[in-house]
Amino acid sequence: MLNQLTISELTAKLARREVSAREAMQACLDQIARVDGKIHAFISHDADDALAQADAADKELSNGGRTARCLLGVPIAIKDVLAVKNQPLNCASKILGNYISPYDATVIEKLKAAGAIVFGRLNMDEFAMGSSTENSAFGLTRNPWDITRIPGGSSGGSAAAVAADECIASLGSDTGGSIRQPAALCGCVGLKPTYGRISRYGLVAFASSLDQIGPFTKDVRDAATLLGVMSGVDPRDSTSVPQPVPNYVAALDGNVKGLKLGLPKEYMIGGLDAEVKAAVDAAVKQYEKLGAEIVEISLPHTDYAVATYYIIATAEASANLARFDGIRYGARVDGNDPIELYSKTRGAGFGAEVKRRIILGTYVLSSGYHDAYYLQAQKVRTLIRNDFLKAFEKVDAIVTPTTPTAAFKAGEKSGDPLQMYLSDIFTISCNLAGICGVSVPCGFTQSPKLPIGLQLLGKPFGEESLLKIAHAYEQATPWHLEKAGL
Amino acid sequence: MAFAEIDVKYVAHLARLALTPEEEKSLGAQLGSILGYIEKLRELDVSGVEPTAHAVPMVNVTRADEIRPSLSHEEALRNAPRQANGLFIVPKIVE
Repeated sequence: MLNQLTISELTAKLARREVSAREAMQACLDQIARVDGKIHAFISHDADDALAQADAADKELSNGGRTARCLLGVPIAIKDVLAVKNQPLNCASKILGNYISPYDATVIEKLKAAGAIVFGRLNMDEFAMGSSTENSAFGLTRNPWDITRIPGGSSGGSAAAVAADECIASLGSDTGGSIRQPAALCGCVGLKPTYGRISRYGLVAFASSLDQIGPFTKDVRDAATLLGVMSGVDPRDSTSVPQPVPNYVAALDGNVKGLKLGLPKEYMIGGLDAEVKAAVDAAVKQYEKLGAEIVEISLPHTDYAVATYYIIATAEASANLARFDGIRYGARVDGNDPIELYSKTRGAGFGAEVKRRIILGTYVLSSGYHDAYYLQAQKVRTLIRNDFLKAFEKVDAIVTPTTPTAAFKAGEKSGDPLQMYLSDIFTISCNLAGICGVSVPCGFTQSPKLPIGLQLLGKPFGEESLLKIAHAYEQATPWHLEKAGL
Repeated sequence: MAFAEIDVKYVAHLARLALTPEEEKSLGAQLGSILGYIEKLRELDVSGVEPTAHAVPMVNVTRADEIRPSLSHEEALRNAPRQANGLFIVPKIVE
């Protein structure tokens, strides 16, 4: 079935004219019709527009055009936090009303320039705040491996859509693990690039010093392809970094002989599930078999990462979300004066988790508390970053579980925000340190059968080496080939 | 260690966020436990440590001060909840 193909498989078939882009797009639409009632990965999608893009790609393909357009005719679905011109943008919130994007995000421009069929609005936790996609104003997304369980979050729709073969690949965003954690829980590849690698122009901001866009794919090669298309400096995002963009796909040679992988001793915590631990241990053995050297390392400030994150992320969010005030766009609830209008609009438009974080973020920035909380957290952030930079003097990458457990049941943690926050323990430091990370499938729990993710963390702008290491493991193991039985 | 009691009503006003009495109550309790957890950061001695605002140290990224293409008036107003004569309509601010 065409919807099950990877980007490299599909583009090869398209180039040989064995299949058409319309057939591939239609296969994705058929799969959405068949399974999305159960999964609800998509908030919406415009089938006619997607097929029109496919027809345009087919026309170009039949004219022999495949010049530099490496994604020509490939259906890629988009998290509802990225602006796609003339498509709805809601961030899974009520507050944006009937918002239609007036422009394309830089990553969308780049995907379109590479020939991709950009379609669909994928479900997420409201404003990317959450770890389960339960905080959406548009309903729950379900895990394709077990629909009583959550797909992870905040990019739950992006992970579920790839795992359920409703698209060939998708985009998400990662502020504290929102790509890697759902990728792990749904059994696909999820890459969070280094802060500054990809332009954030057209990504609705949650925490500006932590947010980064990245791909969800069916294998590491596809992640390398999409990273290459999306990377690079952008004058419209002053935090994008003018580093050269290497050929990430060419670096995937399967050779990890002599590379050093670090195992942080602080990550073997009490809450780590036995089956997850066993799968990660087996992955480490696999790396040894492939010729890598395993080194124990220490990241001594690991225990402070969650607290640091929830100060910095909520502080930045409280400032970023001030723009949703009912004046220039989105929904509005009227008031007698502007302040009443803002308050009522925001009270009616934001969901519970977003309100919780706005209040916490406003509090830690407020007069008298700023130094005690926000400045203290920024200083601890320096310590966390230094832990990683020191570790990377000794090792090429760091190996950890992506999550402490496999996917949990819907409703299991939604009543206890702190427990939900603590489930991000392994992914959060990567954003604070500004490094890159990827989750790849590394096994399954037994009963029920649920995916387990292996997280690899790499040096700042070290994606080339990170993906090479991830790819070598993936190609030596069968996990990424397994499909959810939908 | 005892943690600060958040005055939710006051902070909600700062954030321009209308809350129901039930929301105020549940947020107060939840934020109390989250702040209790966050207190652990005070265990660390950070004297002499510089704060990190951004992981990538870049400063003063500027561009030439030139007119560039931007959204048209019509596009900029397209998502407005209320508009007239090419302007956003808001409640009366001054008498």
